[in-house]
Amino acid sequence: MAIPEWLRRLREPGVDAEKDAALWAKCPSCGEMLYRKDLEANLSVCTKCTYHFRMHAYDRINMLVDGDFVEIGTEMLPGDPLGWVDKRPYPAKLESDRKKSNLSEAVVTGFATLDGFPVALGVMDFNFRGGTMGTVVGERIAHLLEEAHRRRLPCIVFTASGGARMEEGMLALMQMAKTTLAVERFMADGNLYMTVLTDPTTGGVSASFAFQSDIIMAESHASIGFAGRRVIEQTLRQKLPDNFQTAEFLLEKGAIDMVVPRHELRETIVRVLDYAVDRKRTMPALKAVPEFAT
Amino acid sequence: MNVIVEREKGPLTELGDRIETLRARGMGGSSELEILEEKYRALLSDLFGHLTPWERVNMARHPKRPTASDYLAAFDRFDELHGDRHFRDDPALIGGFAKLRGRRIVFLAQQRGRDTKENIRRNFGMVSPEGYRKAKRLMELASRFGLPIVTLVDTSGADPGIASEEHAQSEAIAACLAALAKVNVPVVATIIGEGGSGGALAIALADTVIMAENSVYSVASPEGCAAILWGDSARASEAADRLKLTSDDLAGFGIVDRIVAEPLGGAHRDAPGFIASVLDTIDAELRALEHRPPVELRDARYRKFRRIGAWETQSREHATAALP
Ligand SMILES: [Zn+2]
Repeated sequence: MAIPEWLRRLREPGVDAEKDAALWAKCPSCGEMLYRKDLEANLSVCTKCTYHFRMHAYDRINMLVDGDFVEIGTEMLPGDPLGWVDKRPYPAKLESDRKKSNLSEAVVTGFATLDGFPVALGVMDFNFRGGTMGTVVGERIAHLLEEAHRRRLPCIVFTASGGARMEEGMLALMQMAKTTLAVERFMADGNLYMTVLTDPTTGGVSASFAFQSDIIMAESHASIGFAGRRVIEQTLRQKLPDNFQTAEFLLEKGAIDMVVPRHELRETIVRVLDYAVDRKRTMPALKAVPEFAT
Repeated sequence: MNVIVEREKGPLTELGDRIETLRARGMGGSSELEILEEKYRALLSDLFGHLTPWERVNMARHPKRPTASDYLAAFDRFDELHGDRHFRDDPALIGGFAKLRGRRIVFLAQQRGRDTKENIRRNFGMVSPEGYRKAKRLMELASRFGLPIVTLVDTSGADPGIASEEHAQSEAIAACLAALAKVNVPVVATIIGEGGSGGALAIALADTVIMAENSVYSVASPEGCAAILWGDSARASEAADRLKLTSDDLAGFGIVDRIVAEPLGGAHRDAPGFIASVLDTIDAELRALEHRPPVELRDARYRKFRRIGAWETQSREHATAALP
């Protein structure tokens, strides 16, 4: 008798591994096998050693906002301006990243309230092209700052990036200039701009809108720097100390305002907002947009 | 190994030597010399008439290519200002007051060395945070006193060392960019050699971006790109093809506004002539910008970079108009 398809599939080792991976996650820091539901309930922080797993942009947004999140900029999607092909064509890489991450690009932008404070929020995600900045990331960030400016709302951006996106060449590098100009205009008019550097924040993102803010927070243990660790090790032909380029290292060197564990992030951001922003200001007509108010 | 330097060896050098010998003997104008000169031009054209992107990368890194100090020698005068006022003076980035074609300006440039000794002192033109902080200080100075900013870009990239990370290289570059975003004076940047990534852009967020024909300006070095893509930095030439880093490519994207043509075989074959034409171009661009009011200048700068990029639009009913 032929083995039923479902049974045959179950017996394949790959399926077990897949099923395993869906249920369990191994902590890269302490090696502990963590039950995914427990891990998620703990904001993707290892219950044993407090290692902070990278977070999906929407999970992070859910962790932060009071209720609704009104996403903007989704109409901007990556093209292929250089006709880039290496091992695979760029559009194919984009397509698989879209499937893998359920995101249309490496940053999600929009509006929400945090403990009643209306804010503009940008959240980058390493799962999409390593969080690299191509045209759309630059464009969405600049657009977010402009829209926040019009409404005179504070803007908070969570960074996670491997730098400028090679597949868009110099058009990607120019997004550093674009975002800088948008940040400068936004801040010059007295608006609060905050960044939270998450793992990893490097290269062109690090050297532009990540480090131009009024307040720079970093999530515990995040790796942050200009040059990638591997590049430095290869150039200098020496091994770097473990704490090099960590959030804690940057705090000690005086490059950032504070290091905040994930569990305290929301509360810490709200405390800063409370100092810098007039609480009486309300989100203008957020609920008046039916297709956004869920 | 520089592929351009290699190509200059052999027949071209030999022919050049023979021409020099005849000239030294006072045989200028002789038919023998004319024939050799004609041969020389034809050979130059064969060797360098059409350059691939990788060959241009090598041209941009040519050891005899004019560096910032060669350009400075053609200025009316230059008074160097030093230091970041915090930690040290970075010799990889030079800056100060200058006079160019009678105009008072603030000058900033990455400075490579001419020989190994100077290259070590100048860190091969790779700027450290202190250099960017000095640049930022001078940008603000220029803005306060209404002096246009002229920059020359020539770096393989920002310094990637341990000390640079400890001194917050990211913040230094970010602050330099932010300073250029808000200056009230015209900014003209010229890529004269290598424009390596963020370390180059830090002094090139400009109202007008000029590029020497054979210079390159790239998001990543071809070697670095090849290492990432194929784990093999030897495939740099293939990476250079893909990166779209030549002056023509970048003019096409609207990233570069003017290209200054180079002598056949590269800028070093007639350095004084080439430098003069770069300075003429800078002068003309400054003339076009200098009477614009600061608000207008800054707005134009904003719009210029705001436009750069290419993406696709998904038609969407509830666009920004429907937002709060
Ligand atoms: Zn752990």
